[in-house]
Amino acid sequence: MEHYRRMRRIRAFEEKLAELVNAGRLAGFLHLYAGEEAVAVGVCAHLGDRDYLASTHRGHGHCIAKGVDVRGMMAELFGRASGICKGKGGSMHIADLDKGMLGANGIVGAGIPLAAGAALTAQVKKTGGVAVAMFGDGASNQGQFHEALNLAAVWKLPAVFVVENNGYGEATPTEFVTPVRDIAVRATAYGIPGVIADGMDFFDVYAKAGEAIARARGGDGPTLLECKTYRYFGHYVGDNLQYRTKAEAERWRAQDPLVLFERRTVADGVMEPGNLRRIDAEVAAEIEAAVAAAEAAPLPAPEDVLRDVYANTGAGR
Amino acid sequence: MSRQLAMVAAINEALHVAMAADVNVIVLGEDVVGGGGRQDQGIEEAWGGIMGATKGLIKVFGPERVRDTPISEMGFLGAAVGAAVTGLRPVAELMFIDFIGVSLDPLLNQAAKLRYMFGGKARVPLTVRTSVGAGLRSAAQHSQSLYNLTTAIPGLKTVIPSNPYDAKGLLLAAIRDDDPVIFCEPKSLMFKTGEVPEGDYTVPLGTAAVARPGRDLSLVAFGAMVDVALAAATTLAADGVEAEVLDLRSLEPLDEPAILATLAKTGRLVVVDEAPPRCGIASDVAALCVDAGFDSLNGPVRRVTAPHTPVPFSAVLEDAYRPTAERVVAVARELLG
Repeated sequence: MEHYRRMRRIRAFEEKLAELVNAGRLAGFLHLYAGEEAVAVGVCAHLGDRDYLASTHRGHGHCIAKGVDVRGMMAELFGRASGICKGKGGSMHIADLDKGMLGANGIVGAGIPLAAGAALTAQVKKTGGVAVAMFGDGASNQGQFHEALNLAAVWKLPAVFVVENNGYGEATPTEFVTPVRDIAVRATAYGIPGVIADGMDFFDVYAKAGEAIARARGGDGPTLLECKTYRYFGHYVGDNLQYRTKAEAERWRAQDPLVLFERRTVADGVMEPGNLRRIDAEVAAEIEAAVAAAEAAPLPAPEDVLRDVYANTGAGR
Repeated sequence: MSRQLAMVAAINEALHVAMAADVNVIVLGEDVVGGGGRQDQGIEEAWGGIMGATKGLIKVFGPERVRDTPISEMGFLGAAVGAAVTGLRPVAELMFIDFIGVSLDPLLNQAAKLRYMFGGKARVPLTVRTSVGAGLRSAAQHSQSLYNLTTAIPGLKTVIPSNPYDAKGLLLAAIRDDDPVIFCEPKSLMFKTGEVPEGDYTVPLGTAAVARPGRDLSLVAFGAMVDVALAAATTLAADGVEAEVLDLRSLEPLDEPAILATLAKTGRLVVVDEAPPRCGIASDVAALCVDAGFDSLNGPVRRVTAPHTPVPFSAVLEDAYRPTAERVVAVARELLG
């Protein structure tokens, strides 16, 4: 039930953002996660607050799955002082360390070594925690990916590297720039398991992420988990999507993660459609309330630009 | 008699003190153990860092806290940032600051910005020890003084000692600071000795020191150039000119009041920097003097720097590249008229 709620919350959040941008009510670079919900929620279902997650420019879904407060997120996107980062971060830098959320990240691939570092902390301090990096197929061509996997493997860090292969790095099809069909095979180079999951199927992600996270927690080192998925919106809000066909998008939408989840749980008799519709309505109301609160919230003071640069003085100049 | 130690030994001692005082301090980098820690093969001690600055740490603190990394600066500096933001206090060694080219993102876009981007809710207590400067015939890719680059990035701090005492105290302050600090080790000074007290003490970041008092003109320097400025001051003293030498010690935070105070005292200022002249610390100090100390100036602010070239290999060329006491003296005499 909670898993469905989180997936629905991501979907509703992202659809609302698209609507707000198109209506001219919201500014900034927004990269929406809709379509990939099963990955974030399937992985984060195994994580607690002592576990860390490093995210990407397409980070809203990861944040919501990791339990970050949507009101704080929405206020951040509106650049408000009440935003989770006081309006200093915006979409690409939402973070909440208390929730183990190491931040969205505007640099493709940069979250991967950060997660390795969080896993190093867990290993040295013996917290029992694990760290997960989520990143796209594009990031798997970055040096940071290869360097972090090598380091994590040689130190047997409690880390899981989750590549969300959505078929495109910005506009460029993955096969134009990546010589292997399955990114999971790159695990072989580092002597760690490489696993492929159906990223549209919550239960497949949940099972395979569960194994990888248990392995990491048990001291057996990292895993590279590739989730095949699709982003419904373009690279960013405003993308004209000239680089892909409607038929392709339809094929993926036919395997919508929320629909698949509902079909399976209802067929198994563990969920009732009525309950799911009630969740949908609750989530929609929650998102509307977050937007209303964000729009009404005070803006930062201009002098706040100087705060939070350094820890001891706080200020820049 | 006071205890004399080489700068490398002072750095080593600071690491021992910091690691003994705080279990969250870890040391990582290329060859920081250097293949030691293999008692089964009779190899307990090995390199302990390219200069030996991390020698003995493995024996006392073990492989969990003292780690050889792959030659993979972007990966291990990125991991060090991730470790810092989640509760460790890592001291990473970037063997030569020249290697910042393959590892800049974790410093530029992560360490420097996480706190700010997260609205002040993150701490990044990371120290990066790195060697800087020319003088060892190590040519263009192992001799640069790129501290101007790290100083230019808001969110990072950059310090550079000129003597073993400051090296130990500044390093302990850097490790205990909650912000990322680039600790520059002038490689030509690593085996130069000086007085170093035993035990635990810190030199606060952001404070310059008067290395020699004077009243006629100010020589502002840092790192290896402090000795150059002091030698110039000795020569000038023979002419009856009392030069004040100010050792910046910290490039960010910069002790602006100390620079303006020495300028106010002498009215004439020469800044010595072994980096090339463009967009550097010397220009920065000169701009500060003109912006905020104009009324104190009795002449132009003069810069003595390396030329706008890479660092050459041949001894003749490298010696021509680095600022010397003779050049500082000549510029000082011009300034004094």
